[in-house]
Amino acid sequence: MYSIEIKDLKKNFGDFTAVDSINLQVKEGELFGLLGPNGAGKTTTLSMLSTILFSSSGTALVNGFDINKERIKVRKSIGIVFQDPSLDDELTAKENLDFHGRLYGMNKKLREEKITEVLSLVELTDKASLKVRAFSGGMKRRLEIARGLMHHPKILFLDEPTIGLDPQTRRNIWDYIQNLNKKEKITIILTTHYMEEADYLCDRIAIMDNGKIIDLDTSQNLKAKIGGDIITLHTSDPKKMEEILKNHSFISKATLVNDELKLDVKEGDKILPQIIKIANENGIEVKSVDLHKPTLEDVFIHLTGRKIREEEVSGKDRLKTSMRQMGWRRR
Amino acid sequence: MMNDINAIYTIWLREMIRYLRDRMRIISSIAAAFFYLTIVAVGIGSFASVGNLDFRVFMAPGIVGITILFTSMFSGMSVIWDRQFGFLKEILVAPVSRTSIILGKLIGSATIALSNGLLVLILAIILVPLPITIGILPAIIFMILTSFAIVSIGLIIASRMRSMEGFQAVLSFLILPLFFLAGVFFPLDAVPDYLRVASMLDPLTYGVDGMRGSLIGTQYSHFPLLTDFGILLAFDIVMIIIASYLFNRTSV
Repeated sequence: MYSIEIKDLKKNFGDFTAVDSINLQVKEGELFGLLGPNGAGKTTTLSMLSTILFSSSGTALVNGFDINKERIKVRKSIGIVFQDPSLDDELTAKENLDFHGRLYGMNKKLREEKITEVLSLVELTDKASLKVRAFSGGMKRRLEIARGLMHHPKILFLDEPTIGLDPQTRRNIWDYIQNLNKKEKITIILTTHYMEEADYLCDRIAIMDNGKIIDLDTSQNLKAKIGGDIITLHTSDPKKMEEILKNHSFISKATLVNDELKLDVKEGDKILPQIIKIANENGIEVKSVDLHKPTLEDVFIHLTGRKIREEEVSGKDRLKTSMRQMGWRRR
Repeated sequence: MMNDINAIYTIWLREMIRYLRDRMRIISSIAAAFFYLTIVAVGIGSFASVGNLDFRVFMAPGIVGITILFTSMFSGMSVIWDRQFGFLKEILVAPVSRTSIILGKLIGSATIALSNGLLVLILAIILVPLPITIGILPAIIFMILTSFAIVSIGLIIASRMRSMEGFQAVLSFLILPLFFLAGVFFPLDAVPDYLRVASMLDPLTYGVDGMRGSLIGTQYSHFPLLTDFGILLAFDIVMIIIASYLFNRTSV
């Protein structure tokens, strides 16, 4: 039984194709991740699945309901936490939840029960009567997660759940997410551009780039595809070094990212001395060397030849961030 | 159906909570009306009168109208505010119809405009003083119709706007002519034809005229009260339909 079945889902904005005919299935109870750089089409995919946007072509079944034809039924069966904050700052935590419960047609008794339940789940019970404007970023996020759970959805969508949060708060949010998935048995789909987040949390990960899903598997399998180890080299002549190493059979793949040379190899600890020897023989100076087990970042580089967070932050994102800061300072 | 009424009520309730919590908004609109009544009306009244009528009495219903105008326009701004601060998404993704959302917003904003208008009416009764008559009841009907007219104009503009700055630019184009043409500062009988025709295009004119006729006597209103009522009602219906249509097509 699938919670979500996406069939040839596509979204165009004018000439630009944000999501390019993707297909995937998410199993019931799964914690599923969409990983990719900014602009890969993750949020657009989520917006279509949560019926905020109509698809240009193709469709998806969410809890068995068609996202284009049975929008109200889809909406009732899902919870969503947006990338940007979407709380009313002038209302208290409890009022925000109450507003949500009313919109979802819950009666007074049920609302009160649920408010108590979800607030204690995210440990905000003692902050219930506080205006949201007094909340920290992490508290707001937790409240939004709580709100997403008010109407007891079968699926919870989380769009970049820990963006802009400090490492410790991020850990906390991760714990809540895992807890929800394991104990409450809620199917969770999250988007992220943090590799470590996808790695730590997700049962399966779909890697998205330029509107397409370029690979889909468990974190372990994705990393296993690369082979054994990753060697990163800083040398005086990276281009020449790449040329030389390409011809050696013990290198599965050599990728030049900026001035770093990334090498996929089987047994890094044994190969490393050889590589340094080759460099010396060719008169290339080795400035620094790093040897590690592959991460999802390496998987992304392996697949696209780029780093996941290489792109400049877009103007719009920068504006959003500065607006958020302004809003924050106003208080 | 039950669901839609419930949604309208929920959105209305939020507007009320926010309104009652924001004392400054209430105080500032009362303060503005206070200055109009005690400075502008007294100033103009020192050299002008309408027939035998004290100019302050003539102007008082218009000041109630202005209060409704400014309060109502502010509500359009609240939609953009919700959009910029993300709360609109939370509403739009809920399992309720867009029409019920816009109706909730409309009724909520109109209630706020009406309540500010009533506060100013009470102020005028105390300060001017405006006579207390049965005419207050039809005046309240005109206040309600005026509130809906201006709120829907505000929402129509807001459905097409993304930024606060853009909305304010459009507003300054719109609000001054609505303000000055409404016959608050002059009787429509006395002005040149072209000005009267321009005033007849301003929905606020009918609201002010109707309130004036109800509160101080039909000899001081330019149109028969039923004409004021009919035109305002028709305008409201058309504008509410347009606002719902546009809001149904708006994206986040």
